[in-house]
Amino acid sequence: MSFLEILQILESSLRLATPLLLACLAGLFSERAGIFDIGLEGKMLASAFMSAAVAAYTGDVWIGLVAGIFASMVLAAIHGVASITFRGNQLISGVAINFLAAGLAVVISQAWFGLGGRTPQLQGPSRFSEVTLPLADAVSSVPFLGAIYANLISGHAILVYVALLCVPVTWWILYRTRFGLRLRAVGENPAAVDTAGVSVVGLRYAAVMICGLLCGLAGAYLATALGAGFVKDMSAGRGFIALAALIFAKWRPWYALGATLLFGLLEALGNRFQTVELLGVTIPTQFMQALPYILTVVILAGFVGKAIPPRAGGEPYVKER
Amino acid sequence: MNDTLPKWVDILLIPMINLALALFVSGIVVALIGENPFEALAILVNGAVGSAYGWGYTLFYATNFIFTGLGVAVAFHARMFNIGGEGQAAIGGLGVALVLLFVPWPHWSLALLAATLGAAAFGAAWASIPAYLQARRGSHIVITTIMFNFIASALMVYLLSRVLLVPGAGGAPETARFAEAVRLPSAYDIAPWLGFRRSTPLNISFFLAIASCIFVYLLIWRTRLGYEIRSFGKSEPGAIYAGISPFKITMIAMLISGALCGLMATNSVMGEAERLVIDPVQGAGFVGIAVALMGRSHPVGVFLAALLFGVLYQGGAEVEFEIPAITREMIVVIQALVILFTGALDNMVRLPMERLFLSMRRKPEAPMPTRTEEKAGS
Repeated sequence: MSFLEILQILESSLRLATPLLLACLAGLFSERAGIFDIGLEGKMLASAFMSAAVAAYTGDVWIGLVAGIFASMVLAAIHGVASITFRGNQLISGVAINFLAAGLAVVISQAWFGLGGRTPQLQGPSRFSEVTLPLADAVSSVPFLGAIYANLISGHAILVYVALLCVPVTWWILYRTRFGLRLRAVGENPAAVDTAGVSVVGLRYAAVMICGLLCGLAGAYLATALGAGFVKDMSAGRGFIALAALIFAKWRPWYALGATLLFGLLEALGNRFQTVELLGVTIPTQFMQALPYILTVVILAGFVGKAIPPRAGGEPYVKER
Repeated sequence: MNDTLPKWVDILLIPMINLALALFVSGIVVALIGENPFEALAILVNGAVGSAYGWGYTLFYATNFIFTGLGVAVAFHARMFNIGGEGQAAIGGLGVALVLLFVPWPHWSLALLAATLGAAAFGAAWASIPAYLQARRGSHIVITTIMFNFIASALMVYLLSRVLLVPGAGGAPETARFAEAVRLPSAYDIAPWLGFRRSTPLNISFFLAIASCIFVYLLIWRTRLGYEIRSFGKSEPGAIYAGISPFKITMIAMLISGALCGLMATNSVMGEAERLVIDPVQGAGFVGIAVALMGRSHPVGVFLAALLFGVLYQGGAEVEFEIPAITREMIVVIQALVILFTGALDNMVRLPMERLFLSMRRKPEAPMPTRTEEKAGS
């Protein structure tokens, strides 16, 4: 394998890791506040559809992005109402949201475009184009480092850089702000937060809506940067891989970056090679596809570094009277 | 749950209100895309139950949903949420295919018996790993069963495209067709006078589904094991205090749940497709969640809810045929809304109901204190 080939695989890993990273950070906010969210997939899909549909209609990808985030946040609000206000089962609510998005996206796109459940192909300004970072052309002739800068780091859609930026921002919000401290506390011991006079309901809604915002970015990236338009079920289980990455990362932002890059790499390798030879054993591509899930089960089983979820996760908070 | 509500409200009125809400919102969606919801509903009902042809499909789908619904319901009784029905049913299909492909069965009845055991064993085996991880290592069963759905799907693609593929079958990833001797009698073979067509997918495993309903009823409410499962689901500390082993109940409940989901393959793989194809489950594992929620985890409720979803699936196909603007995915929307209203937003209807019935109950009790005072005075 040549150096350039390795660069290409890494570059495609980064592109494929971006939606995972955004969705993973989305789940991180929600679950750190004690709201389990298995509806990441649905929110991503809703945003993918809405951003592609609006971008196709207006011809402006930024309006599409806003519309996608809006759609994702509407679903997040439903999840909030069900699991915070009505204290319903968060897992069941997530399942419902996944199906709601999967169904509505196809029904509405068929009604709007009549293309059998997809949106028209996006072109030009209705897609996120690749951003060439400054000096990329100038340094591309520099051996090794220049090639890395020009091929791997430069030349991605803006949302890739936004996603990477979200990692330190998330870390900073969670560990260096008052809001973050409270958010983490509400996922561990909501009664203590309540005793301190801070609204548990308010904090949890804030977390769920941030989750909606980030899922919206992830979905819009799928349809308007990675792809060129919405197709049925285009999230293809990425919401669940993000969930797996979240567990893999033990609910921490920097680990989330590592986990999603690893899963992105697995996907990139699976796309590029039908079979991988490792130590004389042929590994089928299906194994590569299943590997994120297998790794997550191993991590969950606690054989390699136990993953301990936020303690109050999944429990509706009932204020004592 | 408490006893503020009469039983009929809990098991009948609230599910009906939830269903009405789900249908109402679906109707709004249909209206918003510019079609007439009442016309769609009429086509749906007529397409599903208006002819023997429709019934053949409705009951076929319902058979699938009874199996997966019962599977989810048994896990619910032990307070576990088995999202893995999809994977367990697919692996159950693998069990059926292996049993039927590699043993020359002389008669379908023997083959059905063996396929039932194969489907149940494979489904249970696939559920056993998440069950063990939950029981011994505390890994959340919801997450592990989701992961196992994806692992199952990758495994099935691998087996069908690399291992079990028939040479020269045109490249479609599926196994060889099962022998003619093991073909299950369809509704046409059993009761041609009811007007079923030769091609109807409804087959004898419908009765297996009904038998499973009875089995689950007897298991949950008439056996010691069922009592233990229910007490474990109501209160884990209480169950431990009563000497019930959480490990044993978690394992057994999940194994039964996986076996029931796996049994679905007798209908879809053995009864209809007569070969193993990619994705033989077609989302029925997830419909099982909606069915178990609507049916309040009771076999009778599960049967009725499965029938309802059978109507939706068959009727939905007819609606798509008659009104092309309403695609088949409309069923998924309705399914999502049913799960949302009966599962997650249950309290939205339940809390006002409880308030209503509490206030109705208080009124006749109001004069009680004065009477006791009189008694005390006399």
